Amino acid sequence: MANFLDTSVLRLSHATLRFGKRTLWSGLNAHVLPGEFVAVLGPNGTGKTTLLKIILGAARLTSGNISVFGMAPGQNNSRIGYVPQQKNFDKFLPIRGRDLVELGINGNRFGWHNHKAAVGQVRIAVSLVKADAYADNPIGLMSGGEQQRLRIAQAIVGNPSLLLCDEPLLSLDLPSQTLITHILDDYRKRTQASIVFVTHEINPILPYVDKVLYIANGKWIIDTPEKVLQSEVLTRLYGSPVEVLRHNGRLLVIGADEAAGNTQGMHHEEHA
Amino acid sequence: MSNLFIYIHQAFAQHALLAGALVAASCGLIGPFVISRGMAFAVHGTSELAFTGAAAGLLAGGNPVAGAYIGSLAVAGVLGALGAKERERDSTIGVILAFGLGLGVLFLSYYHGFATQATNILFGNIFGVSNDQLLLLLGVCIAALITMLIIYRPLLFASVDPDVAQAKGVPVRLLGTVYLFVLALTVTSAAQIVGTLLVLSLAITPAAAAQRLATKPSSITLLSISFALIASLGGIAASLASGTVKPSIFVTIISFSLYIFARLAGHKPGYKAS
Repeated sequence: MANFLDTSVLRLSHATLRFGKRTLWSGLNAHVLPGEFVAVLGPNGTGKTTLLKIILGAARLTSGNISVFGMAPGQNNSRIGYVPQQKNFDKFLPIRGRDLVELGINGNRFGWHNHKAAVGQVRIAVSLVKADAYADNPIGLMSGGEQQRLRIAQAIVGNPSLLLCDEPLLSLDLPSQTLITHILDDYRKRTQASIVFVTHEINPILPYVDKVLYIANGKWIIDTPEKVLQSEVLTRLYGSPVEVLRHNGRLLVIGADEAAGNTQGMHHEEHA
Repeated sequence: MSNLFIYIHQAFAQHALLAGALVAASCGLIGPFVISRGMAFAVHGTSELAFTGAAAGLLAGGNPVAGAYIGSLAVAGVLGALGAKERERDSTIGVILAFGLGLGVLFLSYYHGFATQATNILFGNIFGVSNDQLLLLLGVCIAALITMLIIYRPLLFASVDPDVAQAKGVPVRLLGTVYLFVLALTVTSAAQIVGTLLVLSLAITPAAAAQRLATKPSSITLLSISFALIASLGGIAASLASGTVKPSIFVTIISFSLYIFARLAGHKPGYKAS
């Protein structure tokens, strides 16, 4: 039921996800407000990618409720920008970087329509990610970092109110990581868009993050990064010793991978 | 050459050129998607099974064209229902193809009509088609062209970037199935000109050549259509001029020459432009 006082972009209540007998998370309560930057952290196989697919309406909760812009998921996907887990484009794809970005505006439209209207928007998005120099090359011939910048441009070109990013920094070098987080943060500050950012690596985005949703061992916690990223909090979550070290504003989580390996037993690949 | 000027004023030659133009336009339009969706083998498989359908049609009541359409649509339906990933799809096509060809040969061995009917299926014969067949061909090509123009953009999105397309509400799976049917119809229409064995010369070669010369999707599509038109109309004209040689032979020669030209003149895919 729609609550007219609820301004949240995304709201999950008592949300549970199970794959067979395995519970990935249960009773999850979380909401994302306009302009919020939310990081989703946790080991592999904890249903982080699936969470994004649920928000898009491409996968379902086992039980519980989710509303996106106050409605059922999948109803307002044109207001969502999506950066999927990085997968390099085929070398021979007959499409330029600029065309990929344009599909973010009109790729879902059937029939004839005016392509000229999109050209200006595409140009702005391309220069925002500093890809002007190579946007006319075939997408398949670009480096991973170049492709990723154009993916970001594609995600923001339609002026979305919600950005869903799945490990967008994976396999990027440090300057590219910094640039991409900066672009995303800049976009959200300008437009009050919300960002849900699935990642293994918290450090590049730590300065911008408002909330962290940490999922592990079938349990979850959501709060400010200062409150979540503490040794005792994560130790409780994982159910085995985890230590969070701070050094020069960077965080190092020790023991999480081992703890995840011990408790997970069987590894489950993360997809819908 | 004088043959050409005599024939060009006759209805059968004009009909052939019209059919050739429509088939070429449809093939040129679907070609770039055949490449970006990795479906070259599906084209080959569909056209070979159009042969099986045609042989069955011939045996059943002397209507190979209707048989060919039914055969290729059945294959498209099976492939669409499987909806399999590229690699799995290829092995499935291989399995159906081998069985289907065997079945086609079996049908032909029981057929005791004109032997030329059988070779027409394999190598095409646009000059021999009846008015009814020509009308059917026109209808099918126009339907394929209109469908492609309507779904062009979402199909491009679904072909190059399926995850994001899905997220943006593009019915990726449905479009894949629609495309399979358009492909089946187009390929079967093209088979009437170049034959089931040589369909790839109109459905893939022009697009592959275009991709060597352009990078923008709309430019690739336009070039692909142009090359297919040149090959098809040129092939029919050359056949008329020769008086004896089937158009399919000239179509493949022209199409292949254009591809060689594009390879020599164009950029190499996989070669980094600076």
